[in-house]
Amino acid sequence: MREISVDTIIEKLSWMCIEANCRLNSDIHNAIRTCKDKERSEIGRDILEQLLENADIAKKEMMPICQDTGMAIVFCEVGQEVRITGGSLTDAINEGIRQGYEKGYLRKSVVKDPFFRENTGDNTPAIIHYDIVPGDKVKLILAPKGFGSENMSRIHMLAPSDGMEGAKRVILETIDQAGGNACPPMVVGVGIGGSFEKAPQLAKKALLRPVGEGSPIGYVREMEQELLEKANKLGVGPQGLGGITTALAVHIETFPTHIAGLPVAINISCHVTRHAECEI
Amino acid sequence: MVYNLETPLTEEAVGMLKAGDKVLLTGVVYTGRDAAHKKMVEQLERGESLPFDLHGNILYYVGPTPAKPGQVIGSAGPTTSYRMDAYAPVLMDRGLKGMIGKGDRNRAVVESMIKNQVVYFGAVGGAAALIASAIEEAEVIAYEELGTEAVRKLKVRNFPVTVVIDAQGGNLYETEKAKYRNVE
Repeated sequence: MREISVDTIIEKLSWMCIEANCRLNSDIHNAIRTCKDKERSEIGRDILEQLLENADIAKKEMMPICQDTGMAIVFCEVGQEVRITGGSLTDAINEGIRQGYEKGYLRKSVVKDPFFRENTGDNTPAIIHYDIVPGDKVKLILAPKGFGSENMSRIHMLAPSDGMEGAKRVILETIDQAGGNACPPMVVGVGIGGSFEKAPQLAKKALLRPVGEGSPIGYVREMEQELLEKANKLGVGPQGLGGITTALAVHIETFPTHIAGLPVAINISCHVTRHAECEI
Repeated sequence: MVYNLETPLTEEAVGMLKAGDKVLLTGVVYTGRDAAHKKMVEQLERGESLPFDLHGNILYYVGPTPAKPGQVIGSAGPTTSYRMDAYAPVLMDRGLKGMIGKGDRNRAVVESMIKNQVVYFGAVGGAAALIASAIEEAEVIAYEELGTEAVRKLKVRNFPVTVVIDAQGGNLYETEKAKYRNVE
């Protein structure tokens, strides 16, 4: 068994919190720049220009790109030949988030109870998705998720007879209704199949894929391209103020499902779709 | 049109602004988002006075990140406005003249804006580091226990916003989207 100390997990994660929140990933940066040149709306071009300028300031000053530094979503793949030493892995992940959000002057956006809404003061707990995998490594992916776009996400339990056309319809409706609320240009993560909880997890994972990298499955890749084209004809545009840049990418993940079901989950993400990862 | 406007906003200034106008705001702007709105409206319902005078003033829907040493404020872009729709008409009835946020508003808010002659400005969501550079001073003046959601008095200079819904109900979200919509 390979041993990994909780201290290593804490240190890596706290650094990832700052990195993910202050540096716009190059795939998003490039996508915004490309769209800016094509955008027909003058207001839209102006907004995209401001987003690039903002990303440059954030990187230079190591300031958060967006004030909504999100709820910390952590995907943790644990090799089955790894033994975690020095404490609980879940506690270590939360400690990493706590330290990162404090050190990085990031916003603490988590409330203890959904109704009484007292801030926990340290942005914990994180939402953690564990996966046990072969090998002797631990892989951590941190995706801080803002709620302007999270609130615009939807799940539909379609009937199998709704088919691919039904799925496309609800995906486009969700993008259209999200409008300016979700800080477009959006990245759209879609999970199709599985069960009621599996589909949104797939959708969340789909957001981690680099913008512009299509699905390895042929028909899924075609669906992604068609939906991106149609999303950009909705007119929503940058910040919802009109234009042909509504989405930067549509990413779809699929999974086997039940004979009676066709779950479709759409996780909307903003133009600051963030993630950082590391392997220990 | 591009306007340089000073706060508090006058009736005349509000009446002149049209959806699509760009405005650089200079002066005092107050911050408030979900939790502060709930508290303000509860105070009014109890017959108490608010922590600041609403007359002619602007509320900016924002929850900034903490300021680093030497900074006035952290990143400070707008949050989504519809969550304040339930509270906004009550505040407009008491003199609020402007709101800054992102995203469309509901019908009740727009009707109240027309009745009370109020303007709704959009700031660029996610341009939070850029926007922070227009904020010269920041001071928590109420509900400190709310942390990022506390009410702050900001002094801003050339704070860049766009009129997205004007006091006649002109709405940039509707008119601009229609121009680029191409759906069978």
